[in-house]
Amino acid sequence: MEIPRHWRLKKQRYGLVGEVCPHCDAKIFPPRDVCPHCGGEAKTAFNFSGRGEVYSYTVMHDAPAGFDQNTPYAVALVKLEEGPVVTAQLTDLGEEQPRIGMPVEMVTRKIREDANERGMLIYGYKFRPVLR
Amino acid sequence: MREVAVIGIGQTRVEEHWDKSLREIAGEAVLLALQECGLEQAESLYVGNMMSGSANRQQHLGSYIADWVGMRYTEGYHIEAACSSGAAAFRSALMAVASGSVDSAIAVGVEKMTDSPGGEITTQLATAADADWEADMGLSFVAINALIMQRYLHEYHWSKDDFAGFSINAHANGAHNPFARFQEPINKAGYQKAPMIAEPINLLDASPMGDGAAAAVLIPLDNIRKQAGQKLVKVVASTAATDTIAAHSRKNPIWLSAAEKSVKQAYNQAGISPNDIGVFELHDAFTIMAALSLEACGFAEPGQGPRAAIEEQICPKGRIPISTRGGLKARGHPVGATGMYQIVEVVQQLRGEAGETQVERPVYGMSQNIGGSGSNIITHIFKSE
Repeated sequence: MEIPRHWRLKKQRYGLVGEVCPHCDAKIFPPRDVCPHCGGEAKTAFNFSGRGEVYSYTVMHDAPAGFDQNTPYAVALVKLEEGPVVTAQLTDLGEEQPRIGMPVEMVTRKIREDANERGMLIYGYKFRPVLR
Repeated sequence: MREVAVIGIGQTRVEEHWDKSLREIAGEAVLLALQECGLEQAESLYVGNMMSGSANRQQHLGSYIADWVGMRYTEGYHIEAACSSGAAAFRSALMAVASGSVDSAIAVGVEKMTDSPGGEITTQLATAADADWEADMGLSFVAINALIMQRYLHEYHWSKDDFAGFSINAHANGAHNPFARFQEPINKAGYQKAPMIAEPINLLDASPMGDGAAAAVLIPLDNIRKQAGQKLVKVVASTAATDTIAAHSRKNPIWLSAAEKSVKQAYNQAGISPNDIGVFELHDAFTIMAALSLEACGFAEPGQGPRAAIEEQICPKGRIPISTRGGLKARGHPVGATGMYQIVEVVQQLRGEAGETQVERPVYGMSQNIGGSGSNIITHIFKSE
């Protein structure tokens, strides 16, 4: 595993810290330092609420190496209420079927672990149906 | 810029070549292409390939293949653009010849996928997407396409079965192509029963992996002494455009902006409109991509791609024949080789060498190779004269 690469992303993975464009006020996630809307420099940190809705979803039966113990699992494009769309796993669905438009919120979960017991555990965001 | 013609083509069958290495299949395609046009070598070599570094522990394919085919001292490079590596290699070769920098070039696409286990290949294919923000979340490349297809079904109210025609056409055509991975037709019942990979994408929506290589030789048109009755194929447009690496960053994830951008430019370069295209080898890695490609290239209105399949407009005798030699779906999708297979197949069609699936006298043929989930799209238009 590439430890520095995951360490570097901790603010985004644990806290959904993105950016806000000082020129056009667009909210940006993941951070990219150049506003995708107006092209201006955008380096101001912005905390996303973690609330959004399912824009699209699928259920994976055939997983990449490192995720095969978790199949089947649901993944989605989640449209955050501030605008951007993120790719993430859905979790805590229980008996509920994922659906487009489902209100969801961000939670921190284990994303994967190395098979080797001295390997890394990687935590990050997943989205669950909003608790009522 | 000089006008450029394709004067030689070569390909291996797409299959599991357990007994052959990457350089053997690439070498086979290169030598077949050279033999066909009677050249011994070319001044430069461009090798399109996506994942030899991880799947075969071999990079530096320019020197590796030049050495293998007896072209030591020739200029040679490894060109990578994920699934569009093949067309990227062709475009590099074209630019070298068109610019006057060299008088002959070979483009070869090659992928040798069976050297690594399936799970590792799935992981490696996902490197075409964004590692930090897509693949790290546990998504395969299929899953990203499934997210696109699911949203498409939702917005345009199609059912999954409406996409069956794309696979049925591809397999029907592949049955007549001796280089195709699958040479058996399929029917709608078979499509409906296929096992789900990532809903709504099932096994018969998805193109199969495989080992394969395809190559072409390019020289300036003016250097050809045309013989009576001989059909020449010249390149009349070559364009490419990128889009965001992650599907989630696109303003509209169910529209191929980069395809639209590159194809509009290609029609302009060639001075033609979609109506002039007689055959179109598009990137049907998944049935949804066939639909999106038809829409972006002006053959269907937005959201109406599946109609072209339902109304059988895409068959060899239809309005816009696609996947005429099996497409990615039945000929197979040896990732970095695919773009070169598409070009070889368009050349076959324009020469009138496509056998049972020959389109009636096409003048213009188009190929479009898609890298990632729509993040790099390369379009070529060819003309027979």
